[in-house]
Amino acid sequence: MMLRFLKRLWFIIAHPATHLSLGFLTMGGFVMGIIFWGGFNTALEVTNTETFCISCHEMRNNVYEELKTTIHYTNRSGVRATCPDCHVPHSWPRKIARKMQASKEVWGKIFGTIDTREKFLDKRLELAQHEWARLEANDSLECRNCHSMESMDITRQSKRASEAHERFLFTGEKTCINCHKGIAHQLPDMHGQDMFGASTHSPQPMTPVQGDSAEVEAYIRTAED
Amino acid sequence: MLKRFAFALALLVALPLHAENQLGGIRPDTPLAEESEAPQIPPVINADVKQVRNYPDQPPLIPHKTDNYQIDLNVNKCLTCHSRTAVEDSQAPMISVTHFMDREGQTLGTVSPRRYFCTQCHVVQHDAEPPVVNGFVDVDSVLGHMQGAATGGE
Ligand code: HEC
Ligand code: HEC
Ligand code: HEC
Ligand code: HEC
Ligand code: HEC
Ligand code: HEC
Repeated sequence: MMLRFLKRLWFIIAHPATHLSLGFLTMGGFVMGIIFWGGFNTALEVTNTETFCISCHEMRNNVYEELKTTIHYTNRSGVRATCPDCHVPHSWPRKIARKMQASKEVWGKIFGTIDTREKFLDKRLELAQHEWARLEANDSLECRNCHSMESMDITRQSKRASEAHERFLFTGEKTCINCHKGIAHQLPDMHGQDMFGASTHSPQPMTPVQGDSAEVEAYIRTAED
Repeated sequence: MLKRFAFALALLVALPLHAENQLGGIRPDTPLAEESEAPQIPPVINADVKQVRNYPDQPPLIPHKTDNYQIDLNVNKCLTCHSRTAVEDSQAPMISVTHFMDREGQTLGTVSPRRYFCTQCHVVQHDAEPPVVNGFVDVDSVLGHMQGAATGGE
């Protein structure tokens, strides 16, 4: 039965159409194209919403809860940044590229890489580093989709902000994410990570260390050259 | 007798009035049973202008906003600008040397653990009218007054 059907199908596909006009076929292809493209687009639209992101408890219970206390959730202007605003690039080729990467998250969901708070905290630095690397590589594109440098009136900013932006942002020396890490979520252990200003030194107090002077001398000698 | 009666009467009349006035002070004049309108939350002063220190040991007020600045074991946002190595980029004042001292007065290489949680001592200033009058007198004016008294001037 099935075999018969397949054979018949093959026959139709393999033989040139004798009863259908070329026009019909072209139109048909066109319509099917629209349907497929549209479906693909709709799938992207659906997955490009915050509701979709927080449908996973991994996203909802950790990062979403923290976002709620920040300026990007409520502010005097009433403009909200949602997850995809910061995490999914808006231009088309990039959008698809990011979606391919997102398959890793489905993998992570299945294998439970961050399915408890503890596992999430353990893995948090690694996940954050991926985001920092991405934003550094694209010159903080997602931030700039909303905050354009050209429209930034630094005379209306605080002195601290305008001086930092003038010295490092407008000269192209640094990009948003270099200075604004942790803008939307809590930061992981930042020991040895780059933050505004404190790039070489850990911003933490050092836990008391034990060691003899010979060890210190040896270290200084190696550090010299 | 009549005098006493009149006094008691006066007291009876005056007491409720008096009591209602007593409810003034910090609390607005709304009667107890009613809910008063909450005053607006005053904004944090973010002028980046250092404030006067009322005595040399006062932890200076923070002259900028600190919304969502994370201070925990993972990171100390304040130190990303105020630490010794950060001040070149941030142009913020470095934490003073007392922040490096342990309780024996020994200066450590990094921030002393007892000075790690900055907001234990440093606070922002809100743009609000003080509800209670502050009778603080600056030591300079006390000294000036004493000096004036000693030399018989002023
Ligand atoms: C199927 C459940 C699920 C959904 C839906 C989901 N996530 Fe995730 N997400 C995860 C898991 C699990 C991980 C951890 C993956 C891993 O272990 O590498 C993760 C990791 C991430 C990371 C870290 C990325 C990295 O490169 O390490 C970001 C950012 C993120 N998600 C954002 C989003 C956004 C934005 C959305 C909505 C568009 C979303 N997620 C939807 C489960 C989900
Ligand atoms: C204003 C931009 C912004 C918004 C909105 C935002 N994020 Fe993030 N997110 C970031 C940045 C920047 C990082 C990199 C780590 C950091 O600096 O905190 C990050 C990191 C993450 C990570 C990696 C783990 C971590 O905490 O570092 C996940 C997962 C994540 N975001 C998911 C989400 C989800 C889900 C939402 C929506 C509920 C969301 N984000 C909304 C900017 C944003
Ligand atoms: C969807 C648009 C959108 C995106 C994307 C976005 N922001 Fe914002 N951001 C806003 C809005 C709206 C405000 C609040 C403006 C206001 O009312 O003051 C804001 C405020 C801020 C502030 C001011 C914080 C404060 O306390 O005053 C900073 C800093 C900031 N954003 C940095 C970033 C960075 C860094 C990114 C990229 C990781 C980013 N934003 C992405 C819309 C966005
Ligand atoms: C050299 C470091 C640096 C870079 C790069 C940088 N910022 Fe800032 N930004 C600051 C500092 C410092 C402040 C003031 C302190 C704060 O808000 O925590 C600030 C404040 C802000 C504010 C609030 C303005 C105000 O008056 O309070 C916004 C919005 C902002 N930054 C957005 C951005 C965006 C968007 C980018 C990238 C296009 C960016 N910044 C790049 C250091 C930087
Ligand atoms: C982005 C860099 C930055 C961060 C983060 C920062 N500050 Fe500041 N701070 C400054 C600068 C710059 C000044 C100098 C005055 C001004 O411009 O506001 C200052 C001034 C101060 C002063 C006043 C010192 C004086 O002599 O009067 C105090 C106190 C202070 N900050 C405490 C803090 C605390 C506490 C935190 C964390 C909750 C913090 N700062 C976070 C940059 C920063
Ligand atoms: C136990 C209380 C306490 C804690 C905690 C504390 N400070 Fe201070 N801070 C002071 C006092 C008192 C002064 C003024 C006298 C002095 O310099 O010791 C001061 C002075 C300062 C000054 C002005 C220094 C100068 O030379 O003008 C800055 C900036 C400052 N603190 C920042 C910080 C930061 C950032 C932290 C967190 C890492 C912090 N403080 C933690 C009490 C504290």
